[in-house]
Amino acid sequence: MYRKFADRNFIIVAVALDAGGADAVREFIRPREPIVVPAPMQAIMGWSAEQYAGAVAPTYPCLIDEKHIVAELYDVRNVPTAVWIDEEGRIVRPAEPAGATDGFRSMDRKTFTLPSEVAEAGRAARASYTAALGDWIENGAQSRFALSEDHARDRLSGPTATDALAAASFKLGQHLHERGKPELAKRWFDEAARLCPDRWTYFRQALQLEEVGKASGPEFFAKLEALGDRRYYDEIRLD
Amino acid sequence: MLSGIDGEEEVMAVTLIYDNRASRAPSAVENGGDLWLSFEDLRASTGWEQKPEGLCLGDRCVPVPPSRTSEFIAADGRFNLSAFARYLEQPVVHDDTASVWLFGESADVRGQALRSLEAPDFRLPDLDGNLHALSDYRGKKVLLLSWASW
Repeated sequence: MYRKFADRNFIIVAVALDAGGADAVREFIRPREPIVVPAPMQAIMGWSAEQYAGAVAPTYPCLIDEKHIVAELYDVRNVPTAVWIDEEGRIVRPAEPAGATDGFRSMDRKTFTLPSEVAEAGRAARASYTAALGDWIENGAQSRFALSEDHARDRLSGPTATDALAAASFKLGQHLHERGKPELAKRWFDEAARLCPDRWTYFRQALQLEEVGKASGPEFFAKLEALGDRRYYDEIRLD
Repeated sequence: MLSGIDGEEEVMAVTLIYDNRASRAPSAVENGGDLWLSFEDLRASTGWEQKPEGLCLGDRCVPVPPSRTSEFIAADGRFNLSAFARYLEQPVVHDDTASVWLFGESADVRGQALRSLEAPDFRLPDLDGNLHALSDYRGKKVLLLSWASW
């Protein structure tokens, strides 16, 4: 996708919300070995091995945000999330799921398979998102996917005072984590997740710091199931 | 190390995180859920300084309400940073065990910045430690993509 648009005055700036820092993300950004596509990712994305390798060895800037500062600045609650910013530094689409949908919730966790209609719907959602992005890259402000200022503002709901307190708690946790005080840090990560249970970045980051892989472990799926009919990813509203 | 006031047990030097920058404030004293420090440390740690018109940070000045001076400024000359932050509706969190205080940005300031639709700038390192600012890419369309390894 990126290669197709890179010569059109367009750039991806990828930001890893990762308290684990460079060590946590290195193998994703600059893998030493050819990537073996993890089965769940393959099922969710429907990618070939080549596509996955292309996605994990990016040529665009990949930045590391240990304190989740970008999440705080742009009111990001989950990943992957994207914001569209024009040549003048104006937000034309605030934070929204970057083509990600709730389809993965019906994955069979033993066989890593998705019902075919769910997999197809996921592919369609990603294709629509990518097509919308391509349209904006091509047509700029004339694109019907570039939101008007009023429309863009209407989509900004936060942050609330509780969100601000949660962000502060999380950053205090991150500071203590960096200083080698994991028990103290955990209290503050948990506090952030307690204050803002719908901000999955806090909850999953805290799990991952306890143990690599835990962010996608049983605790995560239990909380996901507890959502019931509520969404994990916000609905993508392209227009 | 410095001694606590009023014969309290000895406390560690306080670490203060303000505007995402951590510093030590040698004069800081924690007392009753508040953080007091000298104006010198205040300026070094936060950028706020005392002027005739009030507390100032760059072009912005906040007068201390005359009726509430004692709430903000102690007889020993220390300034109550936590009370001031609450006055500005900033989130304040502190870890007693580690003696770390963190002051965040108020929801109002963040919200107003977002609703201006001016993309908030930031500066973050890549894998090699090179810093990139979002504003380095002005003049291009940017897809700012948040992801995570977890």
